[in-house]
Amino acid sequence: MALGQFNSPDGARAFALTLPPFIYAVLLLAIPLLAVVMFSFWTQDFVEIDTTFTLENYQRVANEPIFGALLWRSLMVSLGVTTITVLLAYPVAYFVSFHVEPSRKSLWLFLITIPFWTSYLIRVFLWKVILGYNGVINSGLMGIGIIDEPLQAINYNVGAVVVTLAHAYAPFAILPIFVALEKIDRSLLEASQDLGENRITTFLRVTLPLSVPGIVAAVLIVFIPTIGDYVTPELLGGAGGKLVANMIQTQFLQLNNAPLGAALAIVAMLMVAGVSLVFVFLNRKNLRGRS
Amino acid sequence: MKKSGAGLRSYTIIYLIFLYAPIVLLPMFAFNSGTIIAFPLESFSTKWFEALSGNTALIRSVQNSLFIATCTAVFATVLGILAARAGAMARFRGKGAMLGFVMLPLVLPEIIVAVALLVVFVQVLGITPSSWTVILAHTLICTPFSIAILNGAFQNLDPAMEEAAMDLGENRWGAFRLVILPLVMPGIISSLLITFTISLDEFIIAFFLTGTNPTMPVYIWGATRFVDSLPMIMALGTILVALSITLLVIAEYFRRRGIARTGKKDTGGFL
Repeated sequence: MALGQFNSPDGARAFALTLPPFIYAVLLLAIPLLAVVMFSFWTQDFVEIDTTFTLENYQRVANEPIFGALLWRSLMVSLGVTTITVLLAYPVAYFVSFHVEPSRKSLWLFLITIPFWTSYLIRVFLWKVILGYNGVINSGLMGIGIIDEPLQAINYNVGAVVVTLAHAYAPFAILPIFVALEKIDRSLLEASQDLGENRITTFLRVTLPLSVPGIVAAVLIVFIPTIGDYVTPELLGGAGGKLVANMIQTQFLQLNNAPLGAALAIVAMLMVAGVSLVFVFLNRKNLRGRS
Repeated sequence: MKKSGAGLRSYTIIYLIFLYAPIVLLPMFAFNSGTIIAFPLESFSTKWFEALSGNTALIRSVQNSLFIATCTAVFATVLGILAARAGAMARFRGKGAMLGFVMLPLVLPEIIVAVALLVVFVQVLGITPSSWTVILAHTLICTPFSIAILNGAFQNLDPAMEEAAMDLGENRWGAFRLVILPLVMPGIISSLLITFTISLDEFIIAFFLTGTNPTMPVYIWGATRFVDSLPMIMALGTILVALSITLLVIAEYFRRRGIARTGKKDTGGFL
């Protein structure tokens, strides 16, 4: 028997305590997700839902170029944002872990996390204000006479979306890398240098491989939410920078086609799960290769 | 400190400037008398803050958000206490899977959660979206954060303390209330503050599940479409940033005090 068999009375009490949050998650997450899966195999028949099983929604997602293009763009933007965010974050995490006095580390981490806790909507909106056609950069550059008319390359496109998302998810990338770097036994670095490696080869052959679990965690933590981000592409993407979340919202709240929206949500979720599994697998391989 | 730290230090400072740049702009435009959000700035003015106090739709949405965030913080923290307490106790079959499933919202894109709950509430159950549907959804996504914060507090506890209390004649509830609760109280306060902040700030789920009475982020979203209301949003944003920094400093203070109370060493931030 799977549940309800305990080695100790303490185990039984732990089980009883786990039940309420678990039941809550089943009712508000497992069942709703199942409902989305079911909806994705149904169709919208004007105001009614036609509950005959069909693959029509998935066929539309596969065959209509607009859906393919959106999914591909979402994947590329998320991977781009993830790469940029993690590359930019690594040196910051390294600095805090290796070059800051232990007693001051939490102060630095606090400074890094503060911007993340300020209103997400307002932060994204500020990037629109900064990068917009009549925005801060354009009005500032025109004010000092560097340019005569507003730059259009910086606003309402995929690039603006990438910059904004890279800013929004920066602390998410720094923290897991920092945690991994903190775990590295410092005597390994000394051993490496005693054995004739210099600082750069020590980093490449000792520090970097040992921090891979942190990098993988950072990649996942940035990649997963960015692929479903709605606000940033809506505010900064312009016509050509919309992502899959915008289409899901349109199907649900504007076109009133919940089954097609559900199918899109499922495909997006599978994409996220697929990419995440690849990274988890790479991490496993990396860990096994070492032992 | 090693020599090579200098380059990394300047890089980190430049990075922090990039992180803070948008937030620094907020008060600049909030206190600027011009209607257009652009340089050069005009004169100093507090008129946008005055406009905020006369905006009844905004005030109603703020009240609504405060109500939702308060309920969410309490519900999520109660669920978090149960899960974190269980996490620190004996193992049983399926424990990892059950607690892992409760943490799942942490790794799901928020739009998926929003869509799933919209389907169940509106299409399946036929419930009219209201503040309560938002509270239920926010509790779901805030519980994992609460567990993450409280795990630290509960795992640092010495089990001998509870045993001592029970040896001295307290029953299990008495031992929990008189010994464990005071020790994890800083973690609980920190969890309440963090989940409150997350709920107050959450947009996409509220956007899908809010009824006729919008939350503050949903109101702000609507207002960003009107150029005239932009300076007012800047003023509101300034207040929000000041408020969340204050809450965070308090949360951080309690977290550190909690670590000091259980006699452990500080290991970093609350994420």
